[in-house]
This record gives sequence, structure tokens and C-alpha cells, in this order.
Amino acid sequence: MSTSSISHGHSFQALAGRSLGFWALLGFFLLFVAIGGLSSLYMETNGHWVTGMNNQVPWGLPHACAVFLLVASTGALNIASLGSVFSKDDYRPLGRLSALSAMAVQAGGLFILLLDLGRADRLIVAMTNYNFTSIFCLNIVLYNGFFAIVTTYLYMMMEPRLEPFYRPVAFSAFVWRLAVTTGTGSIFGLMVSRMAFHSAIMAPMFIALSLSFGLAMFLVILAFLQVGARRPAPSAQLQHRMLVLLAVFVAVSLYMVAVHHVTSFYSAERRDFERYILGGDGLYPVLMWVGFGLVGSVLPLLILLVPFKAVGTQARLFVSSIGVIAGGLCLMYTIIVGGESFPIDLFPGKVVSSTFFDGVVGTYTPSTPELFLSLGGFALVGLILVVGLWVLELLPSRRESR
Amino acid sequence: MSEGFDISRRGLLAGVAAFTAAAIAPGVMLYAQPAPQAASARSRWGILIDVNQCDANCDGCVSACAKEFGLTSFDRPTTDPQWIRKLTVTDPDTGNSHSFPVMCQHCKHPPCVDVCPTGASFIRADGIVLVDRHLCIGCRYCMMACPYKARNFVHENIKDQKSYAPRGKGTVESCTMCVHRIDDGRKPACVEACASGGRAAMLFGDLNDPNSEIARRVAAVSSSQIRADLRTDPAIRYQGL
Repeated sequence: MSTSSISHGHSFQALAGRSLGFWALLGFFLLFVAIGGLSSLYMETNGHWVTGMNNQVPWGLPHACAVFLLVASTGALNIASLGSVFSKDDYRPLGRLSALSAMAVQAGGLFILLLDLGRADRLIVAMTNYNFTSIFCLNIVLYNGFFAIVTTYLYMMMEPRLEPFYRPVAFSAFVWRLAVTTGTGSIFGLMVSRMAFHSAIMAPMFIALSLSFGLAMFLVILAFLQVGARRPAPSAQLQHRMLVLLAVFVAVSLYMVAVHHVTSFYSAERRDFERYILGGDGLYPVLMWVGFGLVGSVLPLLILLVPFKAVGTQARLFVSSIGVIAGGLCLMYTIIVGGESFPIDLFPGKVVSSTFFDGVVGTYTPSTPELFLSLGGFALVGLILVVGLWVLELLPSRRESR
Repeated sequence: MSEGFDISRRGLLAGVAAFTAAAIAPGVMLYAQPAPQAASARSRWGILIDVNQCDANCDGCVSACAKEFGLTSFDRPTTDPQWIRKLTVTDPDTGNSHSFPVMCQHCKHPPCVDVCPTGASFIRADGIVLVDRHLCIGCRYCMMACPYKARNFVHENIKDQKSYAPRGKGTVESCTMCVHRIDDGRKPACVEACASGGRAAMLFGDLNDPNSEIARRVAAVSSSQIRADLRTDPAIRYQGL
């Protein structure tokens, strides 16, 4: 470990990168990123018929994973914002790691999203042709801006001479991350065509979800650094603060999702969809109730709020974070794939049939290339974190953690 | 010496002139052709479909479309393209049932155009909604956003393409209202097939021209648009729904 210069009263270190485990991890992530890239190439070369996606369900597992990561990425910036925008000094030593995590998680999400395009080779077209009535297009601007602002933010954290600009940049990053998640939620919220999506609550709901998903991702990254790189744990006080914070975020997320469904259920035109997604006999009600409800919300809340004396705070944080992440993936899969699979209502109140699967529930089974592309996105998060923490001094020094 | 130089220079100039003329002549000839008429906002092409005339057992419009654009089946129904399909709509309370074709509705306010990040989905001045295959990145957001389920993603390798309507694997496509035929002064393939092999349930024309048959018909009889509540204002109207 090398010790960097002190900034904002705290000292930081980089990963030494000398152990076998470090290189093995680097190789592992590289391998999965490569497999993800090759999966994309396979899909683009053969055509998307090799995937589970089809004309009824155009977005599948890769989109669920990508949107999960994009939502989580802005939330991974929570810790940095708490230290700089909300002046909670306890969080400041973790600010740099938080900023890098946010960028890594967002890069992972974009990796999946872009490599699932029918013409992934036309990325340059997406970067040079803009239709500003499209929320997708605005998101391209928002995601690029997020990288630019968080990079600047990180640089400010590392350069004490830029102290006067630190808070304005931190505040800009905080406002921008809210805009980014509003944009991601609006991809669905602005979609008038489908019963599952069109709702003003989507954007604020996604912001709530980003708080819990992002903090959970960050806590898992922190836990892996403690175990894998033998980094010291945060102070007991900070651990307790993060425990309460995660509990609040999980509760708010659950509340928003519940409000979304309850208000939809109240509307007669949406009742069939709500019955399908919450009460049907398919996969989606299981993912909603068991995945998001139980594993992703209720159990984490119990673990976080009930003071189990036999289990340490760190273990409670880690287990509940894993639950939140698993539940979050279930929720995103249900929102996106479940939402699409419900038939579009061309003639409300009528029974419709056709050779194009009108009026019937869309079928979708994720294929192996889709799974590997999705895993590739998560591997890219790991790769960027490992390399970033190796080349930059972003981890609080051991002295800081005591 | 100087004279010789002059002659060779003249020769060189003449040669360059002749080469240039030969090189640009085909281009000049091309430009000399009358320019194709640009789509005009004075027109709004539309189709009126009389659902009472449409034969439930006839799929002439569907077959004609598939033939016109080379839409071949790969025996994979969920990914096979269908730019136009026959819908059977039944009222569960009364049992009343109709069968009629549904395709891209060529909306005046098309959600697919609004959501397309690159501007690949666009609406022509005459109201026809198209996809620019060079700009489409295959994100499928338009498929998600279309209230009429009218868009298809090209899931397969394509062979034997039609020169007037190129398709592209990995991009999105839908009914073009046979824009290549309209620009040629002809009717869409589905309308033509319905007139020749069906019961002439489809009437094509310029909705903006008060003297056109379609404009007179929609003024005289009650017609409706699918999901009119969404205010997308489709150019495909249905009589008898």
C-alpha cells in the first residue's frame, strides 16, 4: 500500500496490486467482460432470433440488468454526496470510492445496454444524431454528463488546491444524479402505449430505488474490499449510520413501489394488468412478492432494524445489501419483461386475437448469450473498480478507518 | 521548342477536358433527369378499412404485403415479421365479432418518432411514417412505444431484398404504406390485393383532398381510429367498428 497526499484532512491509498489474488480477480473480470463482448457479437452476427427476445417482448434480461445498474449507479454516489453536499464528515473518507463506484456501475449498465443494440456497431450514429424529443436521447446526454461531472468531482476530491470549487461541483453532481435517474425512470414513465409503464410516479420511484440499490451495491463493494484486500472496516459509528440509511432507503423504495401498484389497481383499466403482475400464476408475481417484497425489502428491513446481538453490524449490512440487490434485479425484470409481456390493449374491453400474438401474454426465456452479456456488464463494474483502485489513491488509509 | 510545348499543352488540356467530360457525363445525365417529386404537406395519405366488408377468411392483404417486401417466414412465429396482420376483435358481452387488417397507423403524432433517439423514425410531409435504416441502431424503443404493436425487429439474416424497400438485420421496420408505389402514382399492395382478390374493403387516397373518394367517404360515413383516446391521429381509419 502506498500512502497518498492528504486531501480535505484525510489520507488515501491505492491497492498495491502485488498479490496473486489481485491478478486472478483482474483476469476473472477480464474474461467475463470478453465473454460478454463475444455474446454481443454472436447475437449481432446471427440476428436476435438466437436470443429469447422477440416482436412481443423486445427487451429482455439484458435490459433488466442494464437498467438495474444504471439506477444503482447514481445511488452509489450517495456516500460521496453525504460527505460533501450534506456535510456529514464521517462519510468523507469513502467519497472517492463512492464516486468511482458510481462511474463503474454506470459503465457496466451502459456496456449491456449498448451491446444489446441490434446494431451495436452504430454507436457513433447514436452519438452524432440527436432527437431531443426522445428521453433515450436525453439519457445519452445525461449519462455522458454524469461521467464528466463525477470525474471532475473525483478530481476535486483528490486535489486540495481546488477546494473552493469542491462544494459547487459536489452539488452539481448531486443534482445531475437526480436528473439521470429521472431520465431512466422516464424511459418507462413516458410510454403511453403500455398499461404497465405510463405513470408519473416512475421517475420518483426510480430515484427511491436508486438510493437503496446504489447504497447496497456500494456496501457490497466495501465488504469485498474488506475481505479481499483486507481493508479495515468503517468505524462502528459509520457502520451504524449506513445501517439506518439503508433501512430508510429500502423502506422508501418499498413504499413507492406499493403506491405505484395500489394506485394502478384503483383504476379499472389497469386492474387486469395488476392482477396479472401481482396475482397471476406465472413467474412475475413470484418475482414481485418473493423476490422484491420478501428478499429485497422485508427481510433486509428486519435484518437492519432488529438488533440481532449474535450478528455483527457488518454482516447485517452485507446480507441485507445482497438481498436488496437480488430483490432489485427481480423488480427490474418484472417491471420491464413482465410489463412488456402483458398484451397491448388495442381495443379496450374487447377480446382480440391474431397470428401476431395480439391479446395473448408474450413469452420470453432468457438465452445463454443474453445471460453472459449481462454478466459481462457486472464484470465490467468489477474490472473498472479493481483497475481504478489500483492506479488511483481512492481508498481511505488504514489510519482513517480507526 | 516553345511551339512544341504549346502543342503538347493544348493536347494535354484537350485530353483533360475529354476525360473530365467522360467522367461527369453520367452524373450530368442523372441530374438531367427530372427530380423526383418531394413529399408534399398538401397531401395526407390514408386508408379507410370497411370492417363489414372484410372477409374473415381472406388474408390477401397480408400475403400481398409479404410478397411486396419479401417478408419470408423462418418458421419462428414470435420473431417472423408481419407488417400487416388480420385481427379478430370480439365483444365479450354480445359475441359480435369482426376481422380486419391492422398495420402501422401512420399517426400524425407518432410515439415511435417521439421516442427514437437518433431520429431514424420519421414522418414524411405527407404523413407517412418511416424508418431510416441507416440511422436505426436497433434499440427497439419504438416497438415499446407503439400503441398499435405495428413495429417489427429484423431478427434474421435477409436474402433477396427488394431494391425499392431495403431491410436491415438488427433494425426496426414496419408498414411503409408502400411509399415506393405511392411516389409512383400507384396504390399500396394490400389495397390493390383487397380490390382484386377480396371484397374491396380498403380504400386508399388523400385525406386532405376534399375531392378524393376517401375524403368524401370519411365525410359521409362514420369511421373511427384505433385508440383515438391517445390522440395520435392515425391515417388508417375503420368504418363499421
